[in-house]
Amino acid sequence: MSESASTLAFYLLAAITVVSAVGVVKSHNLVHSALLLALCFIGVSGLYVLLQAEFIAAVQLLIYSGAVAVLLVLGVMLTQRSSMADSNPANDWSRWALLICGLLAVVILSVVAATPWHGSIAAALENSIPVVARALLTDYMVAFETAAVLLLAAMVGAIVLAKGVEEE
Amino acid sequence: MIGLVHYLTVGTLLFVIGLYGLLTKRNIVAVLMCIELMLNAVNINLIAFSRFITPELATGQVFSLFTITVAACEVTVGLALVFRVYHDRDTVLADRLNWLRW
Repeated sequence: MSESASTLAFYLLAAITVVSAVGVVKSHNLVHSALLLALCFIGVSGLYVLLQAEFIAAVQLLIYSGAVAVLLVLGVMLTQRSSMADSNPANDWSRWALLICGLLAVVILSVVAATPWHGSIAAALENSIPVVARALLTDYMVAFETAAVLLLAAMVGAIVLAKGVEEE
Repeated sequence: MIGLVHYLTVGTLLFVIGLYGLLTKRNIVAVLMCIELMLNAVNINLIAFSRFITPELATGQVFSLFTITVAACEVTVGLALVFRVYHDRDTVLADRLNWLRW
């Protein structure tokens, strides 16, 4: 991809991501929030493609904008009895929250700007999937297996919590 | 040229937006959505560092895979808790859940 095309793609995807994230927070209808969240996840996965992490981009599309967004829409549908029109209310703290978040953004961005980054000049990996796979199954194998156990525990826990245990 | 700082800026904005929603939303499902936004911001940072600081190791990609796994677990258990609370208390607004008594 040429230089200007990837620059344009970055700004487009960043705009999609940030604008839809603002929409998630600002929308008064929770279903709109959930759909904008899926759009935000798709924008993030586009950013991963630009960062040459194609595998993570595919995982992001499958898990986040596939499973998590659908699960959240299901959660919205099952917990709203009245109309959706004002299903996403805000509390009275928005002014303080805006102040705190603005200050945090200023702090993080000034730290990012002030840090001398020692970037590597090496090009991105041509095909990163074998490297990731080897790292997962050698150096990070314990963490990988723990993640598997965590997934099982979360599944069992979710079923027990949502369905309830039958009492004898 | 798009560099590390650009991606970190996007990550910061996404994190701050998620934090704002976390502090201001009353509906628990909306709070879960905002947590997902913040986790995504962290993932953007991890992958950007992996691409621009250590591109030959891909450690950041491995890390972000674990983050995605934990995020999926978190949203599953979180929604199950929301269903349970809604079943027992008939509300999903966080500020109505202020009794210690069940």
